[in-house]
Amino acid sequence: MDFGAILTLAVKELISPITVTYVLCAIGLSVHFGYTGLLNFGQAAFAAIGGYGMAIGILTFGWPIWISAIFALFCSTIFALILGIPTLRLRADYLAIVTIAASEIFRYFMTTIGFAKVTGGSNGLSQFGGEFWKLNPLPADVEYGFGPFTYRNDQIFIMLVGWVLVAICAVLVWLLMRSPWGRVLRGIREDEDAVRSLGKNVFVYKLQALIFGGIFASIGGMIFVLNLSNVQPQSWGTTFTFMIWTVLLLGGAATVLGPVVGTLVFFFILSLTQGILGGLKDIGVLPFLSDPQIGQIRFILIGLALMLLVIFRPQGIFGNKRELQFNA
Amino acid sequence: MPNQIAVGAAEPGCQKVDPILVADKVKRQFGGLVAVDVDHVEIPRGMITALIGPNGAGKTTFFNLLTGFDKPNTGSWSFEGKNLAGVSSYKVARLGMIRTFQLTKALSLLTVIENMRLGAQKQPGESMLTALIRPLWTKREAAITVEADELLKRFKLDAKREDYAASLSGGQRKLLEMARALMGKPKLVMLDEPMAGVNPALTQSLLDHIIELKKNGTTVLFVEHDMHMVRHISDWVIVMAEGKVVAEGPPAEVMKNPAVIDAYLGAHHDTDLGTMQKKGN
Repeated sequence: MDFGAILTLAVKELISPITVTYVLCAIGLSVHFGYTGLLNFGQAAFAAIGGYGMAIGILTFGWPIWISAIFALFCSTIFALILGIPTLRLRADYLAIVTIAASEIFRYFMTTIGFAKVTGGSNGLSQFGGEFWKLNPLPADVEYGFGPFTYRNDQIFIMLVGWVLVAICAVLVWLLMRSPWGRVLRGIREDEDAVRSLGKNVFVYKLQALIFGGIFASIGGMIFVLNLSNVQPQSWGTTFTFMIWTVLLLGGAATVLGPVVGTLVFFFILSLTQGILGGLKDIGVLPFLSDPQIGQIRFILIGLALMLLVIFRPQGIFGNKRELQFNA
Repeated sequence: MPNQIAVGAAEPGCQKVDPILVADKVKRQFGGLVAVDVDHVEIPRGMITALIGPNGAGKTTFFNLLTGFDKPNTGSWSFEGKNLAGVSSYKVARLGMIRTFQLTKALSLLTVIENMRLGAQKQPGESMLTALIRPLWTKREAAITVEADELLKRFKLDAKREDYAASLSGGQRKLLEMARALMGKPKLVMLDEPMAGVNPALTQSLLDHIIELKKNGTTVLFVEHDMHMVRHISDWVIVMAEGKVVAEGPPAEVMKNPAVIDAYLGAHHDTDLGTMQKKGN
């Protein structure tokens, strides 16, 4: 068992475009849940709309990539309005039910054969990334990085784009949450009737937060599909949403860096456990496990780790300990 | 002075010399139960008015209706001549009619000073786009903070400025909620049981704050159970029972009104329990 290789793989996982996707979705969810207290269980749909919106813009309408990206964000906004307008006047739990249902509806809608001409049905869409890769200014015949961390020019390009977007989104959230606007959101999280009694239009703030956080997830979805060069309905199941919740709670819900660090830790551990368990099996320590079982066991371990985290550090890695004293 | 408040005799629904709030035929039913059925009531401007009545009289429901937190089955009411029926709660607050809650709603995981700042109106930084550009709202924020600090000092919460509201005692939260409501510079402040659960040592200072409000020209309407306090600070008392206004008048007179004594205090309110038992036997 080669510890060096296992560790290398885990470190590579930290900066991969998949990680970028999760970070962006988790930042969005931190706006929803961490700051505003909205229970959004449909973050997968927001990401999927980002991916599909861009792919459909390019393939069906033949738009350039940046117009397709704006189209995708527009669709994401419409989706937030459809979810928010009927439910945000009601109690928080309704949004949870509606979002989880809506994200499943969206996924099945994309799978339906009837719309396959536009959505690609269950096969999804592919070959829409050409224009994106042409934007890459990095020469192709060079290897980037050092030692085991060498990448092709397009790998470096998408990671660069992804992490720049993460930085922009994180700064945006940081700026907004320390402004009076963010204060109103945090007030709504604590008690929306109190905020209403102080003359704030709570409904509009909640709608803005839902749209804003959803847009981050949609940007994440775009990075995801560009990286894979295809968009498929099965990527956006409820598991995706729950993984986002996991990384958010791991990092700390109402923090700017929490979603970023939570995702990094999550993927690092996921890759590390996979490597170690696989390695142990290879040298005959775990003969009773099959390869697919190893893939599943690490999720059991992660589930266990999450339980321990929620019990012993419910505020997450970055959460404020002071806030915790009153939750009991 | 009290007899300058009403035009004519002090009776339920009587006309006031200078009303700030006028409600007509406000009715709210929960299924078969009529929670509020107020035919006509006027709240005098610049005065401290107490709304009293036994449990379940509909006082809090009436508060909720007036401030847009609940919708009546029928009825209309106006604040400074503006019709408020069907107006949402946040707009009511912006018009200058700000309420507090019976179960205190301090925003627990915001600090005391943030709670206060949230109460202020007209902060441009509260809109999403201007929030991104700091110079557009820092000036207003500084002004708000000065106001907030003054109020905190007055309410003796300045030592708690940076603490989470959750760490305050029940009485301090009541104080914070009241101070926060004042940040919005209300013309009419509506306090729902401001004394409930407040330690007696704090009661006096809360009373002083309410009297202070009146001195500054703010109209106060409050719901209260403590008759001693009602007698002590209010200029006018409105008594509700079973959803209706059953009596009105200056405190001293209202307390003597047989309808009030029956409805609110019970027919045997000043009889010793011992003698009641003897009579019963």
